[in-house]
Amino acid sequence: MFGDMEMSKKFSIFDHVLVPQHILLSKKEAEEVLKQLGVKPHQLPYIRVSDPAARALGAKRGDIIKIIRKSPTAGTTIVYRYVVPG
Amino acid sequence: METLTKEDILKEIEKVSNILPASIIEELKVKLQNIKLTKKSLEKILNRVINEYLNSLVEPGEPVGAVAAQSVGEPSTQMTLRTFHYAGVREFNVTLGLPRLIEVLDARRTPSTPMMTIYLDEEHKYDEEKAKEVARMIETTYIENIIKNVEIDFVSASITLIMDLEVMKDKGIDIESVVNLIEKMNIGEVEVQGEDKIVIHTNIYEINKLQKIKNRIMSTKVKGVKGVHRVIVRKEKNEYVLYTEGSNLAAVLRIKGVDATRVYTNNIHEIEEVLGIEAARNAIIKEAMGVLEEQGLDVDIRHVMLIADLMTADGTIKQIGRHGVSGEKPSVLARAAFEVTINHLLEASVRGEKDELLGVTENVIVGQIVPVGTGIVQMLMTMRSAKNEGKN
Repeated sequence: MFGDMEMSKKFSIFDHVLVPQHILLSKKEAEEVLKQLGVKPHQLPYIRVSDPAARALGAKRGDIIKIIRKSPTAGTTIVYRYVVPG
Repeated sequence: METLTKEDILKEIEKVSNILPASIIEELKVKLQNIKLTKKSLEKILNRVINEYLNSLVEPGEPVGAVAAQSVGEPSTQMTLRTFHYAGVREFNVTLGLPRLIEVLDARRTPSTPMMTIYLDEEHKYDEEKAKEVARMIETTYIENIIKNVEIDFVSASITLIMDLEVMKDKGIDIESVVNLIEKMNIGEVEVQGEDKIVIHTNIYEINKLQKIKNRIMSTKVKGVKGVHRVIVRKEKNEYVLYTEGSNLAAVLRIKGVDATRVYTNNIHEIEEVLGIEAARNAIIKEAMGVLEEQGLDVDIRHVMLIADLMTADGTIKQIGRHGVSGEKPSVLARAAFEVTINHLLEASVRGEKDELLGVTENVIVGQIVPVGTGIVQMLMTMRSAKNEGKN
């Protein structure tokens, strides 16, 4: 019965230990990030629109996703990925 | 000067969190919070830490890629001697050592020994019987696996299955469900005779066709997840964990009783498909480090992290090598210097490609200063001449 309850909650990929926290940035936040890093969007690593994490966030192409990784060396690191079609 | 309170110390440390990484901030908090400090001495400590940190950062122009390549490449030559080593989860073999490392870096579609580690939820993980129940749900069972014998009667055009009741009981399958399954196949009337006999009356009198139908029945899946051939229940510390031969992440995540947050597979492409590119990056690091550590090779995780970053940079998993990272370098000469030289030169000449000579390899080839270390500095300009130019 306990199991039933747990299964009824839909599994979110962000609960999985391998998946770090993803945050979809607003236009304004994205601009600030690009300015701070001094790069153009295409110079960031990419993430595809069809990526399960991007889909879960409802990201569209051209968006920027902020990812808070757990890092064995730095504790947490923040990286950004640019949403590309594909 | 008076000493700072614990709260003040934590506050001061928090102020430098935009400079120092989270792990150092945490360490500082733990180590400094119970020490009597004046504001001045805390400042001194923090300044010293920041200085040390900034000094230990990679310098601009450092060829981190080449260093990473060498740092992984050299230890792997130590591995080659003991290659094709198998070390297993007791019952089955898992590819380890150099073959596995090559598999990971080449981003092979499927590993040679796909394997899953499945953790169970609170309800199932402490009880062996319940763990086995979940295992049965996952392990694929075909009709072939639960029968003692099969007979084909060509005269009456019937197929008789003699079921292995013991095996069926062990796998938690009843005869009803098997009958239902065969009925769904629409081959003929299905009849249960006695305790363990299932007779299927077909109207097909051709020997070949009857044989084919028999084979179809044999390979019908009764239970389980497609692609997972064998499941083993093992006790680890205080919980039961399932190990599988074969992998199907998407399907296993949906099985009841499985702790979906911890399911792991060594098939990196499956992880990318189901959990995304960031999870795949983590899986690449985990797999590569696992191989290196298992072989007793001490490779810094930073090198492996760099490789994983590079492999996942364009949103898909790219292999290191001709069909991936190396093959997509913008410079013709760099690509030609790696593999299949003539093809690259030929194609580039047909397309009229230009080489901007921005990378390392191409500058080595033409004999210029390589843009590495101090060589990366291209021009120095004094501010005054810049201003003057602006006026003109």
